[in-house]
Amino acid sequence: MCYQCCDWFKQHRPHLVEKRDSNGLNMEGAVDSDTSSITTEEPQTEAKPSSDQVTNTETDSISNTEDAATDNSQSDSGEFVVTMLAKAKLEEQGLGVKGRSSPLLEAGTQDMPAYMSHREEDVTAESWRQHRKHVFVLSEAGKPIYSRYGSEEALSSTMGVMMALVSFVQTSDNIIRSVYSDEHTVVFLQKGPLVLVCVSCTRQSEQQLRGELMYVYYQIISMLTQASISRIFEHKKNYDLRRLLAGSEKILDGLLNLVDSDPSFLLGAVHCLPLAASLRDSLSQILQKAITSNLVFSILIAKNQLLTIVQEKTVIEDARLEPADVHLLLNLIGASSAFQAGEIWTPICLPLFNPDCYFYAYISYLDPPECTVCLLLLSTDKEAFYAVAECKRKIEEAMTAQNSLSLIDKAQSYSVSQVGVSDLRHFMYKPFDVPDNYRQLSQFTSPEMEAPYSSEEEKTRLLDLYRYMHSRIHSTSRPLKLIYHVAEKETMLAWVTSKFELYTCFSPLVTKACAITAITKLLRWIKKEEDRLFIRYPPKYSTTPNPSKSSRSSKSDQQDSTDNGFLSLL
Amino acid sequence: MTLRELKVCLLGETGVGKSSIVWRFVEDSFDPNINPTIGASFMTKTVQYQNELHKFLIWDTAGQERFRALAPMYYRGSAAAIIVYDITKEESFQTLKNWVKELRQHGPPNIVVAIAGNKCDLTDAREVPEKDAKDYADSIHAIFVETSAKNAININEVFIEISKRIPAADAAGGSPGKSFKIGRQASESQRTCC
Repeated sequence: MCYQCCDWFKQHRPHLVEKRDSNGLNMEGAVDSDTSSITTEEPQTEAKPSSDQVTNTETDSISNTEDAATDNSQSDSGEFVVTMLAKAKLEEQGLGVKGRSSPLLEAGTQDMPAYMSHREEDVTAESWRQHRKHVFVLSEAGKPIYSRYGSEEALSSTMGVMMALVSFVQTSDNIIRSVYSDEHTVVFLQKGPLVLVCVSCTRQSEQQLRGELMYVYYQIISMLTQASISRIFEHKKNYDLRRLLAGSEKILDGLLNLVDSDPSFLLGAVHCLPLAASLRDSLSQILQKAITSNLVFSILIAKNQLLTIVQEKTVIEDARLEPADVHLLLNLIGASSAFQAGEIWTPICLPLFNPDCYFYAYISYLDPPECTVCLLLLSTDKEAFYAVAECKRKIEEAMTAQNSLSLIDKAQSYSVSQVGVSDLRHFMYKPFDVPDNYRQLSQFTSPEMEAPYSSEEEKTRLLDLYRYMHSRIHSTSRPLKLIYHVAEKETMLAWVTSKFELYTCFSPLVTKACAITAITKLLRWIKKEEDRLFIRYPPKYSTTPNPSKSSRSSKSDQQDSTDNGFLSLL
Repeated sequence: MTLRELKVCLLGETGVGKSSIVWRFVEDSFDPNINPTIGASFMTKTVQYQNELHKFLIWDTAGQERFRALAPMYYRGSAAAIIVYDITKEESFQTLKNWVKELRQHGPPNIVVAIAGNKCDLTDAREVPEKDAKDYADSIHAIFVETSAKNAININEVFIEISKRIPAADAAGGSPGKSFKIGRQASESQRTCC
């Protein structure tokens, strides 16, 4: 039974043992600050902008008990790993292979047949091991909850070993954070009764990978709420959470694919569809007029990007809608083709807004059968479907009257050539001050990825470069303000100020001086186009007659959650 | 011609084909790779029955366990419930019996129950004999049909049967036609948590 996990750990053995000798398991998780010769760097002087919400939360939540590691416990953990591996090795030779006598086992290196879904993948195959990024979720009792590739059952022993590592380090009041090998980075994240593990052979930083695990955690919370997960595991430590997540694996799969392909997650910001300010305003006004009691957010999405978002006044006084919550909503919409048929009414928790309460989301496409323009209305009243559906009719009518759909249809992302800066191939710009006075959703703008980044491989390569730049800028041990990086096929320049975060990609032969001039031009262009590229002043409406302040995470929220776990927010 | 609105909800285990049945009925299409429903999906279709127009307000609920607690919201006030099982999965038939029990205990008193054994095109993989299901349906006075959303077998028939069994408009005391006004648990919705 243990074949795959033993093998997996066997591969990492040399490193693990070596780590024991030097540093034990890497519990500090500090990425060593390698000073690459081809980079020009300025040490950061001002405070690191706290742009990445997810990462921040994550840092807070990890208790700083790591320092307590004594030599004694370190050598213990080393020994433990050796013991685990020896045991695993034994099982591999004997029991392990038994019962897994499928011919696929012998032909382990064979490629997976295309018709197989990821869930049916053979976890003993070489191809399984070669995935760029594995993500596992398990309960504290070591029960598998989710695996990105392969079925959870087949991986139960692998997850058992992971849990053993986690709990062993825990017994000496430590928290395992990561394990490094030549090819892989293994990152652990404990959130309440859940343990999330990422095994990555990308060059992403531990901090970034942990941020991605946070998204996975949030997505699970968005389906079940934190309160109900805690309650379930308080009652029954070895509860099989897959019972509640059955049928939702596609949502998690979809999220992980988005995390890999969409820089929004890396930047912790949302991407709006560029739109003439007047059109965006008129759409906002349409949403603003079609309201009903207990409606808190009206969101219009086209081509998986935000068009506009209108918020309830009193709710927004207390808390703003975080980009991560918007990402989860966008993923939910993307992960379900069923939405295209009718009007959806579903409970959903926005974990950063309030991890213990459900909103009720009304989701409907406005342009069937194309289904690119999607309306999302969030209410706190679970019985409000018909009232909210009525809002949609009003919105639909108003949009027909103003011919909005065909105008939205014309809106599209822009080409970098519009900026008019030669040598500039691509960029990502995230302002911190749009607009100045409102606590507002973090946004970023970015042109389409064009040649030479048209193929999937090249897109991934560019994103990997951005991730590398991002990790250098946001390095915990040595954060940078400006980094000029000459890569093999392009030159990258990243720059963080108190006003923005900018990542640019130039053709390889650009000089540093040229790049700086180009960036000045780019910033000027963005300033000029600001109204089109960003949602500037998100409108508000008032639907609550008695503005009762909603507290974000008061204890009473949790007390009030009844057995069915569905409760109103207001 | 009078128009009657009939609220119908679909219940049953995840993956038995509730959404596929609705798609076939409403859109007359079939997608073998349909994603699981999230929460519930609402659709309408109007059909003529004798001298009346029946507008079906269809609540296609998610079969997933985590949405189980929401079911009462959808079957409350329903004129009819279509409980679906998969003829190739014995377990889904057991789940169906639990749904029948729940409806008997908490559902509207005169709700019309229809039992649909879906995926009847997959006869080779059949686990639930037609006779067993038919006997069970008779014992609870439910409509029974075996359906195939894929091959469009008996889909419209289920809804026609429902139309037949719905009491005539004037005779219906509880007036299921007005069922979409959800009012019974209005107090619950006013609960605050702040």
